[in-house]
Amino acid sequence: MPLAADMSTELRETVAAARTAGRRLTIVGGGSKGFYGRAAQGEPLHVGGHRGILNYEPTELVLTARGGTPLAEVEAVLAAQGQMLAFEPPHFGPGATLGGAVACGLSGPRRPYAGAVRDFVLGVKVLTGRGEILRFGGQVMKNVAGYDLSRLMAGALGTLGVLLEVSLKVLPRPAAEVTLVQEHADAREAIALMNQWAAKPLPLSAACFDGHLLHVRVSGAVSAVQAARNRIGGERVEQGAAWWERLREHAPPFFAGERPLWRLSLPAACPPLDLSGKWLVDWGGAQRWLRSEEPAEKIRAAAAAAGGHATLFRGGDRTGEVFHPLAPGVMALHRRLKAAFDPDSILNPGRMYREY
Amino acid sequence: MNAPMPDAVPGPDKDGLVAALRRLLPAEAVLHEPEELRPYECDGLTAYRQLPLAAVLPDTVAQVQAILRLCHERKVPVVARGAGTSLSGGALPRADGVLLSLARFNRILHIDPVNRVARVEPGVRNLAISQAAEPHGLYYAPDPSSQIACTIGGNVAENAGGVHCLKYGLTVHNVLRVRMLTMEGEQVTLGSEALDAPGYDLLALLNGSEGMLGVIVEVTVKLLPRPERAQVVLAAFDTIEQAGAAVARIISAGIVPAGLEMMDNLAIRAAEDFVHAGYPTDAQAILLCELDGTNEEVSEQILQVRDLIAACGATEFRTARDEAERLRFWAGRKAAFPAVGRITPDYYCMDGTIPRRRLPEVLRRIAELSAEYGLAVANVFHAGDGNLHPLILYDANKPGELERVEELGGRILELCVAVGGTITGEHGVGVEKINQMCVQFTAAELRQFHAVKRAFDLAGLLNPGKVVPTAQRCAEFGAMHVRGGELPFPELERF
Repeated sequence: MPLAADMSTELRETVAAARTAGRRLTIVGGGSKGFYGRAAQGEPLHVGGHRGILNYEPTELVLTARGGTPLAEVEAVLAAQGQMLAFEPPHFGPGATLGGAVACGLSGPRRPYAGAVRDFVLGVKVLTGRGEILRFGGQVMKNVAGYDLSRLMAGALGTLGVLLEVSLKVLPRPAAEVTLVQEHADAREAIALMNQWAAKPLPLSAACFDGHLLHVRVSGAVSAVQAARNRIGGERVEQGAAWWERLREHAPPFFAGERPLWRLSLPAACPPLDLSGKWLVDWGGAQRWLRSEEPAEKIRAAAAAAGGHATLFRGGDRTGEVFHPLAPGVMALHRRLKAAFDPDSILNPGRMYREY
Repeated sequence: MNAPMPDAVPGPDKDGLVAALRRLLPAEAVLHEPEELRPYECDGLTAYRQLPLAAVLPDTVAQVQAILRLCHERKVPVVARGAGTSLSGGALPRADGVLLSLARFNRILHIDPVNRVARVEPGVRNLAISQAAEPHGLYYAPDPSSQIACTIGGNVAENAGGVHCLKYGLTVHNVLRVRMLTMEGEQVTLGSEALDAPGYDLLALLNGSEGMLGVIVEVTVKLLPRPERAQVVLAAFDTIEQAGAAVARIISAGIVPAGLEMMDNLAIRAAEDFVHAGYPTDAQAILLCELDGTNEEVSEQILQVRDLIAACGATEFRTARDEAERLRFWAGRKAAFPAVGRITPDYYCMDGTIPRRRLPEVLRRIAELSAEYGLAVANVFHAGDGNLHPLILYDANKPGELERVEELGGRILELCVAVGGTITGEHGVGVEKINQMCVQFTAAELRQFHAVKRAFDLAGLLNPGKVVPTAQRCAEFGAMHVRGGELPFPELERF
């Protein structure tokens, strides 16, 4: 496959033809996140060939690339300049693309301290369900001209449009990074501790508790990392970067097997919820993974009562609702927004909610 | 920038509307006499003034709901207003509409120091949140220059920035949840108490939507731990180019300062005269670079920044000796607008953003335009994120001068678009930059904005006529399209 190719004309024609013929399309980049969301319907629209980094100015902290550009390529180019995607997007497979990462809206361990994928989106070029190619946002840090339709694309699962180009804010890699590990018997205590640290001016960049070990990462200037290490305590993990990468990619044994995997997004300091199953607490308490056979309604009710929401991340019934049900007023806004971008509902129909 | 909003056709039955509003609210909360309405005739963009049909000051969500339902039923436009500090006319009333003040929603509902969030009403002032969080060692990071007065509801509506957003982000990065009312009066919650919410990121969409999509009635913001130490360095340069190069050097060295601000000579002198910040008045440019974090980190980075700046030919480098001096250095920058206001009868504040590397050429071109129009321009900007605030000095009492200022301002914005930037970094489009939206966006993109507006407000009654121009207006403006730095007809003279 060529390293760079502009397929926007073909893609636009395909979408326009599908619209005319009333055909539905399922957008496929590298196929690494096909498991996510509700089961796909429609003919595949392959966007992986639409690739290439279009602009990267390290001193501007901005990178622009086509949606099909492999995430690994983007990360390698940034690493060569000592920079990174600070939201640490999961790949979940070798073919992961930039467009897929943004469309799925998933962020890795650094998220609570650095921001989510949507926080780094500066601009997009998007192919809507009308077959129109539109640009929103731009390549500058601050831009409030018109509605922010570029951040809206992050996590929209391609249901509003095909991401042809994305401009992202990038950040310098920290000069130093250290991962520490401590033993804790009790989740309540570990969650409280992670939140105590987060309320102090410590250079935290990740914190995870697996029921037994509490891993915490600190990043920044060499002296700051050393000082934080002394204040937090614990053993230094030798292969710290690799440890977080494995967590981000769901490589630890916790994620293996067929039991449904739930993602609960909760207020960070929320005490452990009374739901049976195995837990893994990430994002300093704000993202909790649960392997559980409990009924969906029970899990969702518990998450909602705590001020958060629950997603059936992997496994289980992918034809039912996998994302947390929306309040009727919010669902009405979703339906109308979907119609504003994709009036015939041809892009990734039913991928987010059954209704559209 | 543009002609004010067209006067509405004298439609609505004012007496009937006022009577109906009085059935929903106490008499003192419904204003309709011209002298009572005067305080609401404009916001921070004082060049445009318009009395609303009536102004209302509810203090419960149920009252706001009832007002919206009434206006929706009667097809009366509604313009929401916080403290009225918008610099783009976002809160400019409509002659045929109701001005909805949220000033009475000024309660801090809950500070949660453990989860590090604050839940507040929309009329709470930006600075008041940080003050309330102070005992817990926490603060709310976005700090627009107007933070003493501006309210959080307005901050969300405008996606307000500030001098620290290079490191800590804009309002959109610091808000977790908003409760808002649709024009039909239905309450919806966007975002959650967690870090994200299911479905589309409507919270991101609401930030910066300038009161066009909903009326904000409650905001939950993130609080951050106060950095252990903040230190500011001041560097002086003989040329703007050197200062611009220093900015690029600092960023490419992997340092993300908490703030990185630049001022040109005219702005330096005005600020120094006003607040005696200790600025070198013979410098062509100064940089203020704030570093914050742990004590060790700040010490390490100050040394790094000093070396980088010295290598760019700085004529002077000062580190604030104590907190009082740090605040004095910032006082000059934060008072730059009023300082310029002292040396000219009137000034017009612009807000374009450009890729940082284009800074020297953009400033050169602004100087040329300034000479061409015979209007002085002082430059103050958030150098770290390329957000320019050229201030055009003028005298509104001189016939025709405001029109020339607007034309010059329009050309500066078009210049920003031409180099790959945007017409507004943080002040919003409002009524001010609506013509320049025709330059930045294609007709199809503007249609998409209108479609999004309709998804929230089918009747088009919330703050109508702002932000997104109609196709007809763009045709009248006669904009040529600038895309990717290229004009379709570069040989042609531009207006």
